[in-house]
This record gives sequence, C-alpha cells and structure tokens, in this order.
Amino acid sequence: MHEAMGEFEGELNIVNWSGFVEPAWTDKFTADTGCKVNPRVAGTSDEMVTLMRTGNYDIVSASGDAALRLIVGGDVQPLNISLIPNFSDDIAAGMKGNVYDTVNGKPYGVPIGRGANLLQYNEDVTGGAPESWDVVWELDTPYKGKITAYDAPIYIADAAVYLMYHKPDLGIKNPYALDETQLAAAIDLLKQQNQVIGEYWSDPVAQITSFVGGNTVVGTSWEVLRKFAGKENIKTTLPVEGSTGWFDSWLVSSTTKNINCAYAWMDYTSKPEVNGAIAVNFGMAPANVAYCASSPEAQAHCDTFFAEDEEFFKRIWPWTTPIETCVDGRKDVKCTSFQDWTNAWATVKG
Amino acid sequence: MMTETISKQSRPLSSFLLRRAKVRLFSLLALPMTWIVGVYIVSLFLLLITAFWNVDPFTSRVSPGFNLDNFELVLTVPAYIATSIRTLLIALTVTLICILFAVPLGIYMAKIAKPWVRNLLAVAITLPLWAGYLVKIIAMRLVFTEEGFFNWAMAPFGIRGPGFSVPIVILTLTYLWFPYMALPVYTAIRQIPPNLFDASSDMGAKGFTTVNRVVFPLIVPAVIAGSVFTFSLSLGDYLAARFTGGATQMIGSIIAQNINLNPPVAAAYSMIPILFIVIYLMVARRTGSLERM
Repeated sequence: MHEAMGEFEGELNIVNWSGFVEPAWTDKFTADTGCKVNPRVAGTSDEMVTLMRTGNYDIVSASGDAALRLIVGGDVQPLNISLIPNFSDDIAAGMKGNVYDTVNGKPYGVPIGRGANLLQYNEDVTGGAPESWDVVWELDTPYKGKITAYDAPIYIADAAVYLMYHKPDLGIKNPYALDETQLAAAIDLLKQQNQVIGEYWSDPVAQITSFVGGNTVVGTSWEVLRKFAGKENIKTTLPVEGSTGWFDSWLVSSTTKNINCAYAWMDYTSKPEVNGAIAVNFGMAPANVAYCASSPEAQAHCDTFFAEDEEFFKRIWPWTTPIETCVDGRKDVKCTSFQDWTNAWATVKG
Repeated sequence: MMTETISKQSRPLSSFLLRRAKVRLFSLLALPMTWIVGVYIVSLFLLLITAFWNVDPFTSRVSPGFNLDNFELVLTVPAYIATSIRTLLIALTVTLICILFAVPLGIYMAKIAKPWVRNLLAVAITLPLWAGYLVKIIAMRLVFTEEGFFNWAMAPFGIRGPGFSVPIVILTLTYLWFPYMALPVYTAIRQIPPNLFDASSDMGAKGFTTVNRVVFPLIVPAVIAGSVFTFSLSLGDYLAARFTGGATQMIGSIIAQNINLNPPVAAAYSMIPILFIVIYLMVARRTGSLERM
C-alpha cells in the first residue's frame, strides 16, 4: 500500500470507458502535477481486465464485474484512502464499501459514478411505459423480433433479477450468487428470450441506430444512450422487478510505476466539479453528490440520473463478478463462477 | 554513357554470388522465410497451443497446462455445433452466389462488351475495394434497417426487407468478397483463345453448350482460386454477422466473445474453420484444379 505521497512521475496510463478521460479536465491535471495522461479506451469490462493484465497501465475505470476479478487476481492494489482527501462524506452512500471493490475490509476502489440498465422503449409502438421486463423475456411478447439485449455473460444477472421477482421458489437472493439450479433456470429464460430477440448489442452506436431506425422497440439500455438517440418517443423506465447497473471506480495496478500520479488523479477526479464533468460527459450519476448543488444545470443532471436517490439505486443490483463463494452469504452450496457464466452464455445464442 | 560504365565496372557482389550457389539461395529466401516461419507460423502456433491451456475459473487468468476440455466443449455444446454448421453453410452459399454472378459477368465483359463498357465494369467491380471493410458493412446495415433505404425504395411494391438475419449476412458477405471471385474469373475467360469459340460454333454448339463444355472446364482453376477467397474470408468473418445479422452467430462471433473471457476456448474453436479450409483445399486438390492454378 502507498504510505505517503512523493514526487510525481510525469505520466499516467489509464484504461477507461469512453468519455471518462477528456482534455477538458486532463489539461488542468497535467498542468497542476506534470503527469501526462495517456488514455486507452476499452469497450467492455472483459477487455479492461485483459488490458490491465498486460502491465502497461497504471489505473483503470473498472465496473464492479471487472473490479472483483482484478482484485482477486492480484492485478490491483489496496488503497490508502487518507491520501485521497476528496474521497469524503460527499461520496454517495450507496457507492461506498460495496462487495465488488472492498475485499476483507480493504478498499481497492475510488468511486467515479453509477448508472442503471434500464428498459428503453419506443413509445409510438408501446403506447406507454411497460411496467414489467416481461416484454423482453416472455414468448408472448408483442414485440417479437424487435427486442434487444446486452451482449455479455453478465447479462445472465438480468435474467436472475427477473426470476427473483417472478419465480420466488428458486430462492435467488442476489442475482450474482446463483447455484447450479438457479443458473440453469436463468439460462433457460435466456434461451427462451433468444427465440424472440432481434439483436444483441455490445456496441452502443449499433444499439442507438437500432432504436432510431425502428429495428428495435424494447430492450436494455442506459440513460445516456437514450439521450444520444435524441428522439422524443424513445424513453426509459425502471420496471417493477428492478434491474442491474454498473458502479464504476478507479483501481490502481499492483505493478504501477506511477503511483503518485495515480493517487493525484483519483483525488483530482473526486473533486465535485471534475467528478461532475465526467458524469455529465458520460451520462451517469456522479459519485460525488456535492456536485449536484453547484448549479441548476448540475441539479438537473443529478435528477435525471437519480444521483441522490438512494431509494432508486436500492432497486439496482450493481454488476459484480460471480464467484464460487456465494456473495449472498449462503454457506451450504457452491455458487457458479464467472467462468461458468461465460460457458453458459455461449450456449444461449445458438 | 551509363551502360558503358556499368559493363566496365567490376561487380564484386555479383561475382561473389555467382560462385556460391548456397549463399545465393540463402539471400534470396532469407526475408520471406523469416516472415513465414518467424512471424506467421510461430505466432499461429502460439495461438493454437493456448487451446490446451487452463483458465482460472475466477480470475479468467490463463496458465500453461495440458487438457482437452476446451476441445470437448467445442465439439459437444449444441450452440457451438449449430454455429459451426451455420457458418459453413453461409460461406458455401456466399461462394455459390459469387460464382453464379461472376461467370456470366466475366463472359460478357471478356467476349461481348465493347472496350469502354468492359473498362467501366472493371472499375465498377474493383471500386468497392477502395472503401473500408467496416464502412461497407455499416452501409449495408443502414440500407437494411427498418426505416432504411431498402424498405423505403421497395415500399411502393409492397416489399419489405427481411430485417437483420442470415440472408442479409449472406448478402453483405457476397458484396464484400465478390471482387475476389469476379477478377480471376474474368481474367481466365479473357485468356480463352477466340478460336475455341469459333470452333465450338463450327461444330454446331449453341451458346449454352459452349459455356458448359468449353468455357467452364477452362475456368475451373480460376473459380477454385476465387472460391478459396470467398469461402475462407466468409468463414472467418464476424463483423458482418454482428452488424447485419441481428442475433445471428458465426464462428468468429464466438471466438471474438471468448478472446477476452476464455482465450483457450477461442483457440480451440479457431481450429474448426482451419479444419474446414483444410478439407476444402483437399477436395479442391482432388479435382486437380490446384495444380493448374
């Protein structure tokens, strides 16, 4: 663990989601610290894990499903929070000490922001907000062939969230803690969905054009994608079952040579105005809610993305890597691991 | 004069090489062999050997080892088998369509068209090669979206496109790889001596018989050469399926999905298209057309 701040090394290599690292805020950081920022955009959590394992990067903006893999794999190091003064009481309560970035009481991540996987719909076709996710899962959906789903193994958790609500007999308490029977049930549901699906998306642009072009009527989306679609009739809703979501944090490589720049970066991006700028640019709820009160525009952004609404985020299950030790606390069974999910996901699409 | 100075100069390198045949051979092959063995074969080998390695179930870290589980997975999971067969059928269909388009077009261009029409067609065929591969796929996506060009243009006739599905993938791949079939076929037909056509018609053969009995046997090597491109390129493609296939999976889709998540499975699965290509080349060799290529 880093004990005290020292000399800045002069550079910082970042693996990040698109929109997290922009000249609008890196220029000032470089001017203040002399750390030159080299961003590398990754498209998926899995790509982020692979990139971090090359050892060429110092810091990563990981979602919970990548974070736990990196922590257990020894690819990232525990943090000394006292060196990050901006990691303060202003950080949203729901983003602190989560299972995906705090292991054995040691913090590994500095929260950046969060968002939900919402149900997006074309109101011209649906005539109102669907109340339930059943429109994307059930065979009798009115939108057969016009449904989209997220194309990654972590999407299994969305099936689990639906089953939690509709099939309580299965006993799912946490969508990331599935034993073999529960995983099989989720996979069956996904295979059923495969019969009515139009398209799986992993590329945001493809998803947006699908909705705008009329190929897709309902499906998983992010608030920011709805904004980019830019059409009045394309809206999002959080159905009654709740949903999954992504909580992103900075994690520092265990082999970094630029540790002081990395700490300075985490502190800098936790400032209300910088954290807010990232959140606005990417389209998510900022981790530092002190940003919300800074201006009417900021407040409007926070309201759109439910930044201060802990009740909203209580209905969201943050992406977490499934591991053999059940994260819901069950001791009598072994849960399925991410590798099991990956193999199972491959059987879904046929 | 230039020529005089050269002929009068003693040329030590040339005379050195003239006397030593082995050095001559080595210097000729050094560069291509370094490329083929050092870069091509070794990296392919390193990729394929991963198929036998292990993956940590939690961290997805790959560690060297030896097991055949990944091959078992590739050969037993129904989704993998279905995807292999689907990809094979797509690649064969694309190849067949390319042949069906290329042969008549080649005959027309080489034997019937006026020179300016021929040049125009040659440009038209090769022009798409100048556009980026991804650009062409996205273009097809835009054409066939629900509110896209195709449905708009066909609306007066009451025709609607099939939406993103296997037929659109086949169409896109045909669009992408057609030049690789059309050009060798056209060149082969041009090289058929005109007197063979005269002889054929002297013997009383009509147009179709001439194509069937004279032209086709002579252009088989070119068709095989073209089909090696259309077949193998279709077999390996996955972006066409991702952007124009809707939920369609091809072999490449599964490899791409696993390349970060489970590299050994990706490596094991990449043996399948290699196997298909080897079988294809063996069949082509049996027909004797590879020797004449």
